[in-house]
Amino acid sequence: MKRVVPLVPAVVLLGIFLVGPVLWTVYLSFTNTALSGAAARSPQFTGLDNFARMIEDPALLNAVWLTVVFTVGSAVIGQNCLGMLLAVLLAGRSRLLRSAVGGVVVAAWVLPELVAAFAIYAFLNADGSLNAVLDWLGLPGQNWLYTAPMAAVVLANVWRGTAFSMLTYQAAMSDVPSDLLEAAQMDGAGPLRRFWHVTLPTIRRTVLSNLLLITLQTIGVFALIYVLTAGGPGEASQTLPLLMYEQAFVFREIGYGTATALVLLLVGGVFAAVYARTLREELR
Amino acid sequence: MISTPRRRVATGFVHLVLGAIALVFAAPLLWLVTAAVDEKAGLRTELPEQPGPANLLAVLDWEVGLLPMLNGLLLAGGAAVISVTLAALAAYPLSRYQLRFKRPFLYVVLFATGLPMTAVMVPVYSMFVQLDLIDSMFGTMLFLAATSLPYAIWMTKGFMDNVPLSLEEAAWVDGASGMQSLRQVVLPLMLPGLSVVGVFTFISAWGNFFVPFTLLLDPEKQPAAVGVFAFFGRAGLESYGPLAAYSLLYTAPVLGLYLIVSRRLGGTFTLAGAVK
Repeated sequence: MKRVVPLVPAVVLLGIFLVGPVLWTVYLSFTNTALSGAAARSPQFTGLDNFARMIEDPALLNAVWLTVVFTVGSAVIGQNCLGMLLAVLLAGRSRLLRSAVGGVVVAAWVLPELVAAFAIYAFLNADGSLNAVLDWLGLPGQNWLYTAPMAAVVLANVWRGTAFSMLTYQAAMSDVPSDLLEAAQMDGAGPLRRFWHVTLPTIRRTVLSNLLLITLQTIGVFALIYVLTAGGPGEASQTLPLLMYEQAFVFREIGYGTATALVLLLVGGVFAAVYARTLREELR
Repeated sequence: MISTPRRRVATGFVHLVLGAIALVFAAPLLWLVTAAVDEKAGLRTELPEQPGPANLLAVLDWEVGLLPMLNGLLLAGGAAVISVTLAALAAYPLSRYQLRFKRPFLYVVLFATGLPMTAVMVPVYSMFVQLDLIDSMFGTMLFLAATSLPYAIWMTKGFMDNVPLSLEEAAWVDGASGMQSLRQVVLPLMLPGLSVVGVFTFISAWGNFFVPFTLLLDPEKQPAAVGVFAFFGRAGLESYGPLAAYSLLYTAPVLGLYLIVSRRLGGTFTLAGAVK
Protein backbone atom coordinates (compact mmCIF):
# COMPACT_ATOMS: atom_id res chain seq x y z
CA MET A 1 0.00 0.00 0.00
CA LYS A 2 2.90 2.31 0.78
CA ARG A 3 3.90 2.10 -2.84
CA VAL A 4 0.85 3.99 -4.07
CA VAL A 5 1.24 6.93 -1.64
CA PRO A 6 3.03 9.10 -4.26
CA LEU A 7 -0.03 8.74 -6.47
CA VAL A 8 -2.33 10.29 -3.87
CA PRO A 9 -1.75 14.03 -4.51
CA ALA A 10 -2.32 13.63 -8.27
CA VAL A 11 -5.41 11.50 -7.71
CA VAL A 12 -6.85 14.04 -5.26
CA LEU A 13 -6.28 16.97 -7.64
CA LEU A 14 -7.72 15.07 -10.60
CA GLY A 15 -10.62 13.89 -8.48
CA ILE A 16 -11.60 17.39 -7.33
CA PHE A 17 -10.97 19.34 -10.51
CA LEU A 18 -11.63 16.87 -13.34
CA VAL A 19 -13.78 13.99 -12.14
CA GLY A 20 -15.74 16.35 -9.87
CA PRO A 21 -16.80 18.72 -12.67
CA VAL A 22 -17.71 15.81 -14.95
CA LEU A 23 -20.03 14.34 -12.31
CA TRP A 24 -21.31 17.83 -11.50
CA THR A 25 -22.10 18.25 -15.22
CA VAL A 26 -24.35 15.23 -15.12
CA TYR A 27 -26.11 16.47 -11.97
CA LEU A 28 -26.56 20.09 -13.14
CA SER A 29 -27.98 19.13 -16.49
CA PHE A 30 -30.99 17.63 -14.66
CA THR A 31 -31.69 20.88 -12.77
CA ASN A 32 -32.91 24.37 -13.58
CA THR A 33 -29.90 26.05 -11.93
CA ALA A 34 -29.53 29.71 -12.93
CA LEU A 35 -26.90 32.37 -12.43
CA SER A 36 -29.33 34.69 -10.64
CA GLY A 37 -32.91 34.83 -9.39
CA ALA A 38 -34.93 32.21 -7.48
CA ALA A 39 -33.51 29.31 -9.47
CA ALA A 40 -30.00 30.36 -8.40
CA ARG A 41 -30.83 30.21 -4.68
CA SER A 42 -32.72 26.94 -4.72
CA PRO A 43 -32.35 25.02 -7.97
CA GLN A 44 -35.00 22.39 -8.64
CA PHE A 45 -34.46 18.90 -9.94
CA THR A 46 -36.28 18.96 -13.26
CA GLY A 47 -35.62 15.49 -14.61
CA LEU A 48 -35.32 15.31 -18.36
CA ASP A 49 -36.78 18.79 -18.95
CA ASN A 50 -33.51 20.26 -20.24
CA PHE A 51 -33.10 17.42 -22.70
CA ALA A 52 -36.71 17.56 -23.88
CA ARG A 53 -36.20 21.28 -24.45
CA MET A 54 -32.93 20.68 -26.27
CA ILE A 55 -34.45 18.28 -28.77
CA GLU A 56 -36.86 20.98 -29.85
CA ASP A 57 -34.35 23.82 -29.70
CA PRO A 58 -33.37 24.92 -33.23
CA ALA A 59 -30.32 26.73 -31.79
CA LEU A 60 -28.90 23.42 -30.53
CA LEU A 61 -29.47 21.63 -33.82
CA ASN A 62 -27.80 24.54 -35.59
CA ALA A 63 -24.83 24.43 -33.18
CA VAL A 64 -24.37 20.67 -33.57
CA TRP A 65 -24.37 21.04 -37.34
CA LEU A 66 -21.91 23.96 -37.29
CA THR A 67 -19.63 22.05 -34.91
CA VAL A 68 -19.58 19.16 -37.39
CA VAL A 69 -18.87 21.54 -40.29
CA PHE A 70 -16.14 23.29 -38.28
CA THR A 71 -14.49 20.05 -37.17
CA VAL A 72 -14.67 18.20 -40.46
CA GLY A 73 -13.80 21.27 -42.53
CA SER A 74 -10.94 22.67 -40.47
CA ALA A 75 -9.46 19.59 -38.78
CA VAL A 76 -10.28 16.37 -40.65
CA ILE A 77 -9.97 17.91 -44.11
CA GLY A 78 -8.03 21.15 -43.68
CA GLN A 79 -5.34 20.58 -41.06
CA ASN A 80 -4.95 16.88 -41.76
CA CYS A 81 -4.62 17.07 -45.54
CA LEU A 82 -2.58 20.27 -45.63
CA GLY A 83 -0.31 18.94 -42.87
CA MET A 84 0.19 15.71 -44.81
CA LEU A 85 0.84 17.64 -48.04
CA LEU A 86 3.44 19.81 -46.32
CA ALA A 87 5.15 16.81 -44.73
CA VAL A 88 5.33 15.05 -48.11
CA LEU A 89 6.51 18.08 -50.07
CA LEU A 90 9.11 19.04 -47.46
CA ALA A 91 10.58 15.53 -47.20
CA GLY A 92 14.05 15.47 -48.70
CA ARG A 93 14.16 19.21 -49.48
CA SER A 94 17.06 21.40 -48.48
CA ARG A 95 17.47 22.30 -44.83
CA LEU A 96 16.88 25.97 -45.57
CA LEU A 97 13.57 25.34 -47.31
CA ARG A 98 12.42 22.97 -44.58
CA SER A 99 13.12 25.41 -41.79
CA ALA A 100 11.76 28.45 -43.69
CA VAL A 101 8.42 26.91 -44.71
CA GLY A 102 8.12 24.76 -41.57
CA GLY A 103 9.02 27.75 -39.39
CA VAL A 104 6.24 29.95 -40.76
CA VAL A 105 3.65 27.18 -40.38
CA VAL A 106 4.80 26.39 -36.82
CA ALA A 107 4.82 30.10 -35.90
CA ALA A 108 1.06 30.29 -36.43
CA TRP A 109 0.69 27.31 -34.10
CA VAL A 110 3.00 28.50 -31.32
CA LEU A 111 1.14 31.80 -30.92
CA PRO A 112 -1.37 31.91 -28.07
CA GLU A 113 -4.88 31.28 -29.37
CA LEU A 114 -5.98 34.89 -28.82
CA VAL A 115 -3.05 36.38 -30.69
CA ALA A 116 -3.67 34.02 -33.61
CA ALA A 117 -7.29 35.18 -33.55
CA PHE A 118 -6.28 38.87 -33.64
CA ALA A 119 -3.96 38.27 -36.58
CA ILE A 120 -6.71 36.54 -38.57
CA TYR A 121 -9.22 39.19 -37.46
CA ALA A 122 -7.02 41.91 -38.95
CA PHE A 123 -6.36 39.83 -42.06
CA LEU A 124 -10.03 39.13 -42.88
CA ASN A 125 -11.51 42.43 -41.70
CA ALA A 126 -13.22 44.74 -44.21
CA ASP A 127 -10.19 47.06 -43.88
CA GLY A 128 -7.75 44.16 -43.70
CA SER A 129 -4.92 42.81 -45.79
CA LEU A 130 -6.94 40.25 -47.75
CA ASN A 131 -9.18 42.93 -49.18
CA ALA A 132 -6.13 45.08 -49.91
CA VAL A 133 -4.69 42.22 -51.98
CA LEU A 134 -8.01 41.62 -53.75
CA ASP A 135 -8.33 45.32 -54.43
CA TRP A 136 -4.84 45.37 -55.93
CA LEU A 137 -5.86 42.47 -58.19
CA GLY A 138 -8.97 44.40 -59.23
CA LEU A 139 -11.34 42.04 -57.38
CA PRO A 140 -14.15 43.18 -55.08
CA GLY A 141 -13.55 42.80 -51.35
CA GLN A 142 -16.05 42.19 -48.61
CA ASN A 143 -16.31 41.94 -44.83
CA TRP A 144 -15.43 38.24 -44.69
CA LEU A 145 -16.15 37.85 -40.98
CA TYR A 146 -19.71 39.02 -41.66
CA THR A 147 -20.51 37.61 -45.10
CA ALA A 148 -18.75 34.24 -44.74
CA PRO A 149 -18.31 33.65 -40.98
CA MET A 150 -18.04 29.83 -41.12
CA ALA A 151 -15.52 29.92 -43.95
CA ALA A 152 -13.57 32.51 -41.96
CA VAL A 153 -13.40 30.47 -38.74
CA VAL A 154 -12.61 27.27 -40.65
CA LEU A 155 -9.75 29.00 -42.48
CA ALA A 156 -8.53 30.51 -39.23
CA ASN A 157 -8.39 27.12 -37.58
CA VAL A 158 -6.64 25.52 -40.56
CA TRP A 159 -4.07 28.31 -40.44
CA ARG A 160 -3.56 27.91 -36.71
CA GLY A 161 -3.58 24.13 -36.40
CA THR A 162 -1.92 22.69 -39.51
CA ALA A 163 1.53 22.67 -37.89
CA PHE A 164 0.47 19.94 -35.44
CA SER A 165 -0.44 17.52 -38.23
CA MET A 166 2.61 18.52 -40.24
CA LEU A 167 4.99 17.82 -37.32
CA THR A 168 3.21 14.56 -36.53
CA TYR A 169 3.47 13.33 -40.11
CA GLN A 170 7.05 14.50 -40.51
CA ALA A 171 8.01 12.47 -37.44
CA ALA A 172 6.09 9.43 -38.70
CA MET A 173 7.50 9.60 -42.21
CA SER A 174 11.05 9.66 -40.95
CA ASP A 175 10.32 6.18 -39.57
CA VAL A 176 9.24 4.75 -42.94
CA PRO A 177 12.01 2.33 -43.96
CA SER A 178 13.87 3.87 -46.89
CA ASP A 179 14.67 0.47 -48.44
CA LEU A 180 10.93 -0.10 -48.92
CA LEU A 181 10.64 3.20 -50.78
CA GLU A 182 13.72 2.44 -52.86
CA ALA A 183 12.46 -1.02 -53.74
CA ALA A 184 9.18 0.49 -54.89
CA GLN A 185 11.07 3.02 -56.97
CA MET A 186 13.11 0.23 -58.57
CA ASP A 187 9.86 -1.42 -59.55
CA GLY A 188 8.91 1.76 -61.35
CA ALA A 189 6.47 3.28 -58.87
CA GLY A 190 6.20 7.07 -59.19
CA PRO A 191 6.03 9.44 -56.20
CA LEU A 192 2.22 9.26 -55.97
CA ARG A 193 2.14 5.46 -56.01
CA ARG A 194 5.01 5.24 -53.52
CA PHE A 195 3.06 7.52 -51.19
CA TRP A 196 -0.20 5.60 -51.61
CA HIS A 197 1.18 2.06 -51.45
CA VAL A 198 4.20 2.39 -49.16
CA THR A 199 4.16 5.52 -47.00
CA LEU A 200 0.45 5.71 -46.20
CA PRO A 201 0.02 2.04 -45.15
CA THR A 202 3.11 2.33 -42.92
CA ILE A 203 1.89 5.42 -41.07
CA ARG A 204 -1.81 4.59 -40.96
CA ARG A 205 -1.87 4.27 -37.17
CA THR A 206 -0.38 7.75 -36.88
CA VAL A 207 -3.04 9.05 -39.27
CA LEU A 208 -5.75 7.57 -37.06
CA SER A 209 -4.41 8.97 -33.80
CA ASN A 210 -3.72 12.33 -35.42
CA LEU A 211 -7.30 12.51 -36.71
CA LEU A 212 -8.66 11.69 -33.27
CA LEU A 213 -6.42 14.22 -31.52
CA ILE A 214 -7.14 17.13 -33.85
CA THR A 215 -10.87 16.33 -33.72
CA LEU A 216 -10.73 16.48 -29.92
CA GLN A 217 -8.79 19.74 -30.04
CA THR A 218 -11.21 21.28 -32.53
CA ILE A 219 -14.63 20.47 -31.05
CA GLY A 220 -13.70 22.50 -27.96
CA VAL A 221 -12.37 25.61 -29.73
CA PHE A 222 -13.77 28.72 -28.06
CA ALA A 223 -11.48 31.78 -28.03
CA LEU A 224 -10.69 31.74 -31.75
CA ILE A 225 -14.37 31.88 -32.76
CA TYR A 226 -15.27 34.19 -29.88
CA VAL A 227 -12.78 36.82 -31.09
CA LEU A 228 -13.49 36.45 -34.81
CA THR A 229 -17.30 36.34 -34.96
CA ALA A 230 -18.55 35.74 -31.38
CA GLY A 231 -20.75 33.07 -32.97
CA GLY A 232 -22.48 35.55 -35.23
CA PRO A 233 -23.77 37.24 -37.19
CA GLY A 234 -26.92 35.93 -35.53
CA GLU A 235 -26.12 32.26 -34.97
CA ALA A 236 -24.24 31.79 -38.25
CA SER A 237 -21.04 30.53 -36.62
CA GLN A 238 -22.31 29.47 -33.19
CA THR A 239 -20.67 26.11 -32.51
CA LEU A 240 -21.46 24.12 -29.34
CA PRO A 241 -18.90 25.80 -27.05
CA LEU A 242 -20.22 29.24 -28.02
CA LEU A 243 -23.85 28.19 -27.58
CA MET A 244 -22.99 26.71 -24.19
CA TYR A 245 -21.27 29.94 -23.17
CA GLU A 246 -24.23 32.05 -24.29
CA GLN A 247 -26.81 29.90 -22.50
CA ALA A 248 -24.86 29.80 -19.26
CA PHE A 249 -23.31 33.26 -18.96
CA VAL A 250 -25.40 35.53 -21.21
CA PHE A 251 -28.85 34.02 -20.64
CA ARG A 252 -27.75 32.91 -17.16
CA GLU A 253 -29.23 29.43 -17.43
CA ILE A 254 -26.47 27.29 -15.93
CA GLY A 255 -28.57 24.12 -15.92
CA TYR A 256 -29.53 24.34 -19.56
CA GLY A 257 -26.03 25.43 -20.59
CA THR A 258 -24.61 22.43 -18.76
CA ALA A 259 -26.97 20.09 -20.60
CA THR A 260 -25.48 21.47 -23.83
CA ALA A 261 -22.00 20.99 -22.39
CA LEU A 262 -22.91 17.39 -21.63
CA VAL A 263 -23.55 16.80 -25.34
CA LEU A 264 -20.08 18.16 -26.11
CA LEU A 265 -18.57 16.10 -23.29
CA LEU A 266 -20.21 12.88 -24.49
CA VAL A 267 -19.07 13.39 -28.09
CA GLY A 268 -15.57 14.20 -26.82
CA GLY A 269 -15.70 11.20 -24.49
CA VAL A 270 -16.42 8.81 -27.34
CA PHE A 271 -13.53 10.16 -29.43
CA ALA A 272 -11.21 10.18 -26.40
CA ALA A 273 -12.08 6.56 -25.60
CA VAL A 274 -11.30 5.50 -29.17
CA TYR A 275 -8.07 7.47 -28.97
CA ALA A 276 -7.04 5.81 -25.70
CA ARG A 277 -7.84 2.40 -27.18
CA THR A 278 -5.66 2.98 -30.25
CA LEU A 279 -2.72 3.56 -27.92
CA ARG A 280 -3.52 0.69 -25.56
CA GLU A 281 -0.43 -1.26 -26.55
CA GLU A 282 1.60 1.40 -24.81
CA LEU A 283 -0.21 0.90 -21.52
CA ARG A 284 2.47 -1.24 -20.00
CA MET B 1 20.02 10.95 -58.50
CA ILE B 2 19.88 11.90 -62.16
CA SER B 3 18.40 15.28 -62.91
CA THR B 4 16.10 14.96 -65.88
CA PRO B 5 14.21 17.94 -67.33
CA ARG B 6 10.96 16.38 -66.12
CA ARG B 7 12.28 16.06 -62.60
CA ARG B 8 13.48 19.65 -62.65
CA VAL B 9 10.02 20.86 -63.70
CA ALA B 10 8.49 18.79 -60.90
CA THR B 11 10.94 20.22 -58.35
CA GLY B 12 10.21 23.74 -59.55
CA PHE B 13 6.51 23.10 -59.18
CA VAL B 14 6.92 21.77 -55.64
CA HIS B 15 8.98 24.83 -54.69
CA LEU B 16 6.27 27.07 -56.12
CA VAL B 17 3.55 25.33 -54.09
CA LEU B 18 5.65 25.46 -50.91
CA GLY B 19 6.41 29.13 -51.49
CA ALA B 20 2.73 29.92 -51.97
CA ILE B 21 1.74 28.06 -48.78
CA ALA B 22 4.47 29.82 -46.78
CA LEU B 23 3.31 33.20 -48.12
CA VAL B 24 -0.31 32.57 -47.14
CA PHE B 25 0.76 31.41 -43.67
CA ALA B 26 3.05 34.40 -43.18
CA ALA B 27 0.56 37.05 -44.32
CA PRO B 28 -1.58 37.27 -41.14
CA LEU B 29 1.55 37.13 -38.95
CA LEU B 30 3.16 40.08 -40.69
CA TRP B 31 0.45 42.45 -39.51
CA LEU B 32 1.33 41.82 -35.86
CA VAL B 33 4.86 43.04 -36.50
CA THR B 34 4.17 45.98 -38.81
CA ALA B 35 1.24 47.27 -36.75
CA ALA B 36 3.15 46.97 -33.47
CA VAL B 37 5.81 49.45 -34.57
CA ASP B 38 3.49 51.76 -36.53
CA GLU B 39 2.09 54.62 -34.49
CA LYS B 40 -0.66 55.09 -37.08
CA ALA B 41 -1.43 51.41 -37.59
CA GLY B 42 -4.68 50.22 -39.14
CA LEU B 43 -5.74 46.67 -39.90
CA ARG B 44 -3.65 46.36 -43.06
CA THR B 45 -0.16 45.01 -43.34
CA GLU B 46 1.86 47.92 -44.65
CA LEU B 47 5.19 49.56 -44.16
CA PRO B 48 4.90 51.59 -40.94
CA GLU B 49 3.67 55.06 -41.76
CA GLN B 50 5.08 56.47 -38.56
CA PRO B 51 7.50 54.00 -36.98
CA GLY B 52 8.18 54.30 -33.29
CA PRO B 53 8.04 52.63 -29.88
CA ALA B 54 4.90 54.48 -28.70
CA ASN B 55 2.64 51.40 -28.99
CA LEU B 56 4.88 49.27 -26.84
CA LEU B 57 5.36 52.05 -24.30
CA ALA B 58 1.58 52.47 -24.12
CA VAL B 59 1.02 48.84 -23.14
CA LEU B 60 3.93 48.75 -20.69
CA ASP B 61 1.61 50.64 -18.36
CA TRP B 62 1.27 48.90 -14.95
CA GLU B 63 -2.47 48.21 -15.05
CA VAL B 64 -2.78 47.63 -18.79
CA GLY B 65 0.17 45.36 -19.45
CA LEU B 66 2.60 44.73 -16.62
CA LEU B 67 0.24 43.53 -13.89
CA PRO B 68 -1.58 41.10 -16.23
CA MET B 69 1.80 39.77 -17.38
CA LEU B 70 2.83 39.22 -13.75
CA ASN B 71 -0.51 37.56 -12.95
CA GLY B 72 -0.10 35.31 -15.99
CA LEU B 73 3.41 34.41 -14.84
CA LEU B 74 2.09 33.53 -11.38
CA LEU B 75 -0.85 31.47 -12.68
CA ALA B 76 1.01 29.62 -15.43
CA GLY B 77 4.22 29.26 -13.43
CA GLY B 78 2.35 27.99 -10.38
CA ALA B 79 0.33 25.56 -12.50
CA ALA B 80 3.53 24.27 -14.11
CA VAL B 81 5.28 23.73 -10.76
CA ILE B 82 2.26 21.93 -9.26
CA SER B 83 1.73 19.83 -12.36
CA VAL B 84 5.37 18.75 -12.71
CA THR B 85 5.68 17.93 -9.00
CA LEU B 86 2.53 15.82 -8.85
CA ALA B 87 3.34 14.16 -12.17
CA ALA B 88 6.84 13.20 -11.05
CA LEU B 89 5.46 11.69 -7.83
CA ALA B 90 2.67 9.85 -9.62
CA ALA B 91 4.89 8.59 -12.41
CA TYR B 92 7.27 6.84 -10.01
CA PRO B 93 5.02 3.97 -8.86
CA LEU B 94 3.50 3.77 -12.36
CA SER B 95 6.92 3.37 -13.90
CA ARG B 96 8.65 1.21 -11.27
CA TYR B 97 6.14 -1.12 -9.63
CA GLN B 98 3.75 -3.78 -10.82
CA LEU B 99 0.37 -2.52 -9.65
CA ARG B 100 -2.94 -4.23 -10.25
CA PHE B 101 -4.79 -1.05 -11.21
CA LYS B 102 -1.95 0.35 -13.33
CA ARG B 103 -3.44 -0.37 -16.74
CA PRO B 104 -6.92 0.99 -15.99
CA PHE B 105 -5.37 4.02 -14.29
CA LEU B 106 -3.18 4.83 -17.28
CA TYR B 107 -6.13 4.23 -19.54
CA VAL B 108 -8.15 6.85 -17.64
CA VAL B 109 -5.18 9.26 -17.71
CA LEU B 110 -4.87 8.84 -21.46
CA PHE B 111 -8.61 9.24 -21.88
CA ALA B 112 -8.49 12.48 -19.87
CA THR B 113 -5.73 13.91 -22.08
CA GLY B 114 -8.22 13.86 -24.92
CA LEU B 115 -11.31 15.31 -23.22
CA PRO B 116 -12.23 18.81 -24.43
CA MET B 117 -11.88 20.92 -21.28
CA THR B 118 -14.11 23.65 -22.73
CA ALA B 119 -17.04 21.34 -22.11
CA VAL B 120 -16.64 21.34 -18.32
CA MET B 121 -16.17 25.10 -17.91
CA VAL B 122 -19.83 25.84 -17.12
CA PRO B 123 -20.05 23.18 -14.38
CA VAL B 124 -16.58 24.19 -13.15
CA TYR B 125 -17.85 27.73 -12.79
CA SER B 126 -20.85 26.50 -10.83
CA MET B 127 -18.63 24.25 -8.74
CA PHE B 128 -16.25 27.14 -7.99
CA VAL B 129 -19.24 29.19 -6.83
CA GLN B 130 -20.24 26.37 -4.45
CA LEU B 131 -16.68 25.99 -3.13
CA ASP B 132 -16.26 29.77 -2.84
CA LEU B 133 -13.26 29.62 -5.17
CA ILE B 134 -14.55 32.15 -7.73
CA ASP B 135 -12.08 34.99 -8.18
CA SER B 136 -9.39 32.98 -6.37
CA MET B 137 -6.06 32.94 -8.19
CA PHE B 138 -4.99 29.88 -6.24
CA GLY B 139 -8.16 27.99 -7.22
CA THR B 140 -7.66 28.96 -10.87
CA MET B 141 -4.04 27.86 -10.66
CA LEU B 142 -5.06 24.47 -9.24
CA PHE B 143 -7.62 24.01 -12.00
CA LEU B 144 -5.07 24.89 -14.70
CA ALA B 145 -2.64 22.42 -13.12
CA ALA B 146 -5.32 19.72 -13.02
CA THR B 147 -6.20 20.16 -16.71
CA SER B 148 -2.54 19.63 -17.68
CA LEU B 149 -1.91 16.86 -15.18
CA PRO B 150 -3.06 13.85 -17.25
CA TYR B 151 -0.74 14.80 -20.08
CA ALA B 152 2.05 15.62 -17.64
CA ILE B 153 1.72 12.21 -15.94
CA TRP B 154 1.71 10.45 -19.31
CA MET B 155 4.80 12.26 -20.55
CA THR B 156 6.69 12.00 -17.26
CA LYS B 157 6.06 8.27 -17.05
CA GLY B 158 7.44 7.94 -20.59
CA PHE B 159 10.62 9.80 -19.65
CA MET B 160 10.96 7.85 -16.40
CA ASP B 161 10.64 4.50 -18.19
CA ASN B 162 13.82 5.43 -20.05
CA VAL B 163 15.87 5.80 -16.88
CA PRO B 164 17.57 2.40 -16.37
CA LEU B 165 16.50 0.55 -13.22
CA SER B 166 20.07 -0.63 -12.57
CA LEU B 167 21.19 2.86 -11.50
CA GLU B 168 18.47 2.93 -8.90
CA GLU B 169 19.22 -0.56 -7.63
CA ALA B 170 22.66 0.65 -6.64
CA ALA B 171 21.00 3.30 -4.48
CA TRP B 172 18.67 0.71 -2.96
CA VAL B 173 21.61 -1.48 -2.03
CA ASP B 174 23.03 1.53 -0.21
CA GLY B 175 19.81 1.64 1.79
CA ALA B 176 17.95 4.44 0.01
CA SER B 177 14.14 4.34 0.01
CA GLY B 178 12.03 4.63 -3.14
CA MET B 179 11.44 8.35 -2.58
CA GLN B 180 15.12 8.99 -1.86
CA SER B 181 16.25 7.25 -5.02
CA LEU B 182 13.56 9.13 -6.96
CA ARG B 183 14.90 12.45 -5.73
CA GLN B 184 18.61 11.69 -5.83
CA VAL B 185 18.96 9.36 -8.82
CA VAL B 186 15.96 9.33 -11.13
CA LEU B 187 14.85 12.97 -11.24
CA PRO B 188 18.34 14.44 -11.87
CA LEU B 189 18.69 12.05 -14.82
CA MET B 190 15.42 13.14 -16.37
CA LEU B 191 15.75 16.89 -15.89
CA PRO B 192 15.48 17.60 -19.64
CA GLY B 193 12.26 15.62 -19.74
CA LEU B 194 10.87 17.34 -16.67
CA SER B 195 11.67 20.74 -18.12
CA VAL B 196 9.75 19.80 -21.27
CA VAL B 197 6.73 18.84 -19.17
CA GLY B 198 7.03 22.09 -17.22
CA VAL B 199 7.36 24.22 -20.34
CA PHE B 200 4.44 22.44 -21.94
CA THR B 201 2.20 23.06 -18.92
CA PHE B 202 3.34 26.67 -18.72
CA ILE B 203 2.64 27.32 -22.41
CA SER B 204 -0.83 25.80 -22.33
CA ALA B 205 -1.76 27.64 -19.10
CA TRP B 206 -0.34 30.93 -20.40
CA GLY B 207 -2.33 30.64 -23.61
CA ASN B 208 -5.56 29.60 -21.90
CA PHE B 209 -8.15 32.33 -22.14
CA PHE B 210 -11.42 30.61 -21.28
CA VAL B 211 -10.43 29.40 -17.80
CA PRO B 212 -9.36 32.74 -16.24
CA PHE B 213 -12.07 34.52 -18.25
CA THR B 214 -14.76 32.50 -16.47
CA LEU B 215 -13.19 31.87 -13.06
CA LEU B 216 -11.65 35.27 -12.27
CA LEU B 217 -13.72 38.45 -11.97
CA ASP B 218 -11.42 41.12 -10.53
CA PRO B 219 -9.46 42.90 -13.32
CA GLU B 220 -6.54 43.15 -10.89
CA LYS B 221 -6.22 39.36 -10.87
CA GLN B 222 -6.57 38.75 -14.60
CA PRO B 223 -3.63 37.27 -16.50
CA ALA B 224 -2.32 38.64 -19.80
CA ALA B 225 -4.66 36.38 -21.81
CA VAL B 226 -7.67 38.24 -20.45
CA GLY B 227 -5.81 41.58 -20.36
CA VAL B 228 -5.10 41.47 -24.08
CA PHE B 229 -8.69 40.45 -24.78
CA ALA B 230 -10.06 43.31 -22.68
CA PHE B 231 -7.78 45.62 -24.62
CA PHE B 232 -9.18 44.23 -27.88
CA GLY B 233 -12.70 44.93 -26.63
CA ARG B 234 -11.88 48.52 -25.73
CA ALA B 235 -9.72 49.15 -28.78
CA GLY B 236 -11.19 51.79 -31.05
CA LEU B 237 -9.93 52.40 -34.54
CA GLU B 238 -6.87 54.18 -33.28
CA SER B 239 -5.72 51.40 -30.91
CA TYR B 240 -4.73 48.66 -33.34
CA GLY B 241 -1.06 49.51 -32.99
CA PRO B 242 -1.06 49.05 -29.19
CA LEU B 243 -3.15 45.87 -29.59
CA ALA B 244 -0.50 44.38 -31.88
CA ALA B 245 2.25 45.48 -29.49
CA TYR B 246 0.40 43.93 -26.55
CA SER B 247 -0.04 40.72 -28.55
CA LEU B 248 3.70 40.52 -29.19
CA LEU B 249 4.47 41.21 -25.53
CA TYR B 250 2.06 38.46 -24.54
CA THR B 251 3.52 36.06 -27.11
CA ALA B 252 7.18 36.68 -26.23
CA PRO B 253 7.52 34.31 -23.22
CA VAL B 254 5.84 31.44 -25.08
CA LEU B 255 7.95 31.95 -28.17
CA GLY B 256 11.14 32.14 -26.12
CA LEU B 257 10.38 28.95 -24.19
CA TYR B 258 9.36 27.14 -27.36
CA LEU B 259 12.60 28.08 -29.12
CA ILE B 260 14.74 26.97 -26.17
CA VAL B 261 13.01 23.63 -25.76
CA SER B 262 12.64 22.83 -29.46
CA ARG B 263 16.29 23.60 -30.13
CA ARG B 264 17.26 21.10 -27.47
CA LEU B 265 14.82 18.40 -28.47
CA GLY B 266 14.32 18.81 -32.18
CA GLY B 267 11.06 20.64 -32.65
CA THR B 268 8.50 17.94 -32.02
CA PHE B 269 8.69 18.02 -28.27
CA THR B 270 4.99 18.43 -27.63
CA LEU B 271 4.36 15.20 -29.46
CA ALA B 272 6.55 13.07 -27.23
CA GLY B 273 4.40 10.28 -25.95
CA ALA B 274 1.18 11.62 -27.42
CA VAL B 275 1.36 10.33 -30.94
CA LYS B 276 3.20 7.27 -32.00
